[in-house]
Amino acid sequence: MKKDIILSGVGGQGILSIATIIGDAATRAGLHLKQAEVHGMSQRGGEVESCLRISDSEIYSDLVPLGAADLILSLEPMEALRYLPFLHEGGRVITSSSPVRNIDAYPEEKVQAALAGLGNAIVMDLDRITREQAIPKSANVVLLGAAAEFIGLLTPEQIEQSIRNVFAPKGEKVVGMNLKAFEIGREYGNRQ
Amino acid sequence: MTQIKLLLGDEAIAEGALQAGIRGVYAYPGTPSTEITEYIQHAAVEGIHCTWSTNEKTAMEAALGMSYAGCRSMVCMKHVGMNVAADAFVNAAMTGVNGGLVVVAADDPSMHSSQNEQDSRFYGKFAMIPILEPSTQQEAYEMAGHAFALSEQEQLPVLLRITTRLAHSRAAVAIQTGRPTIPSRPASDDPRSWVLLPANARRKNAALTAKQPHLEQLSGETPFFKVHWAEHGNGKGIITCGTGYNYVMENRALQAGFHILKIAQYPVPAGKVREFAAKCSEVLIVEDGQPFLEEQVRGIVGGDYPLKGRLTGALPRTGELNPDHVAVALGMKNAPVYGIPEGIVPRPPALCQGCGHRDVYIALNKVLADYPSSRVFADIGCYTLGALPPFCAIDSCVDMGASITMAKGAADAGLSPAVAVIGDSTFTHSGMTGLLDAVNDRSNITVILSDNLTTAMTGGQDSAGTGKFEAICIALGVEKEHVRVVVPLPREMERITETIREEIEYNGVSVIIPRRECMQTLARKKRVEQSKRNEEATK
Repeated sequence: MKKDIILSGVGGQGILSIATIIGDAATRAGLHLKQAEVHGMSQRGGEVESCLRISDSEIYSDLVPLGAADLILSLEPMEALRYLPFLHEGGRVITSSSPVRNIDAYPEEKVQAALAGLGNAIVMDLDRITREQAIPKSANVVLLGAAAEFIGLLTPEQIEQSIRNVFAPKGEKVVGMNLKAFEIGREYGNRQ
Repeated sequence: MTQIKLLLGDEAIAEGALQAGIRGVYAYPGTPSTEITEYIQHAAVEGIHCTWSTNEKTAMEAALGMSYAGCRSMVCMKHVGMNVAADAFVNAAMTGVNGGLVVVAADDPSMHSSQNEQDSRFYGKFAMIPILEPSTQQEAYEMAGHAFALSEQEQLPVLLRITTRLAHSRAAVAIQTGRPTIPSRPASDDPRSWVLLPANARRKNAALTAKQPHLEQLSGETPFFKVHWAEHGNGKGIITCGTGYNYVMENRALQAGFHILKIAQYPVPAGKVREFAAKCSEVLIVEDGQPFLEEQVRGIVGGDYPLKGRLTGALPRTGELNPDHVAVALGMKNAPVYGIPEGIVPRPPALCQGCGHRDVYIALNKVLADYPSSRVFADIGCYTLGALPPFCAIDSCVDMGASITMAKGAADAGLSPAVAVIGDSTFTHSGMTGLLDAVNDRSNITVILSDNLTTAMTGGQDSAGTGKFEAICIALGVEKEHVRVVVPLPREMERITETIREEIEYNGVSVIIPRRECMQTLARKKRVEQSKRNEEATK
């Protein structure tokens, strides 16, 4: 069994933390993993994307082929749509609906229309959720929570343990905030 | 004992080098190579040199000196850094080494963060030394150790070539626990090898040339070299290397009947290639980078042999390969189900909000609006983003340091005003010598040395000249009253524009230093301080 995930967003939003958490869980579970990241110039507020592949057998390519991804997890709606060609027919998009308008003439209406037209998408207002729940820095972990049921290969409990591991160096308060974010995301995902 | 660690390709090389007992790593930051040195810095092993060098040439030479002294040393750089290090690199093949010396070149096909896609394997061939090319993070780790042993065995520097995809992709790597200590050798005492006077150099050149068939034989004997014969072969063959091998395997080419030969070390093992090709009806070359392997295999199999690759159009002529390109070349296809919806626009990178370079460009644009014949020669770094809207403030960006020297040449030709924009780290990397040229010729140029106290583009590494720039410029001969420091902040705009205007009006070399810390490093420092406070509060 193999899961191909595209993580996307805007530089600085924290998509790589999602990869780090899943990476920790997959490694502890003895799964194979490959995760290609973006460093350097592309991080300066531009589009960022990471391929994350987990499998119980050997993985060769660091990149996900076209039409192969099971999931697109995105912290920004236009960035979710940009990588649609990587999604397979039964694949699923889980994305924030909150646009990052750091470019001229952000195509607001076209993005909303395209998202509404996707039959297989979970669209979350992460700005609102994180504001109401007072977890401003944990939008990425809410998103991960919503995806937890669909990752397969890893149980939500295994992912939860990795959230503890990854955020432990930042203190108990940060760990607690992210566990709460994960739980909120899970409830949201389960309701879909 | 082994343990499993999730490592980037870069980190796997660093771990392999630590296992191999290096006494030092020398490098200038450059995407996608930076994380190799950073990993060694974080490992903080006592006695291992790991601070940043001023540029790739000083790094290469220091590593050669360490090798001379009998210790293992590593040099890391991005592909274009090889151009800067080339003088030392090529001649290190002539002197040979004492302690093992490994040069890591990280190529950037598709130019994710670079200005060209040159393939460093050509440099290895040019210098006539062994080149290693890993496919996976595990191989990157193992090859680092292999490279040091090979270097000492053959008394030559060894080039380890990777690409962005391997450098910046993570996978589980099985590593040895504990770090062995490798005894250093006595320092070299062999001037006939190290003094490259023509008489010595001719002898060394003859020996290096004579060694080539032996090196070629080693390439075919390394454990990383592989031949897979398909069980139900279709007669066709694939010769591949590096990340190309991964895409071949991803497409299950072996199961589809293709025979596969994987090259992992150069010079190309010509005998093995000839033997393999003879058993195939045609061969596809799959390599990430320029058609380095393809050109050589063409020479080995002859002009009539049905060979396909980047040169024949079977694979794209330029850019990074991916599994989809290889699927097409194999007659398979990964078809997208969904297209990109209409109206999705690119989101290019931009200077951070609050970045001092922004204020510099706002001021510069304001002043230069009054000088329609002006040109701005910029350089490599975050401030290259001044080329994009809303600034559109620069006219050139070519190579490290070219801002000052191109402005000088243009000024020599009568172009005025000729303005150079260069960052602090790029200035010490390759700008200082050009400034001396300009001073000696009294060229009419205005240099803006935008100092954000760090090497920002690559993630905030220490910058070699921090705290020394006024002294450096004055020592190089720039008149003291034409070395001007300003603070790039919106509230200082009037002072900045006035300073730029005055120095443009001055006929000679002037250096304006807008100085304010990078927003990213500042934010990082604040985060570190905050978490320290948190720690103390919980105590």
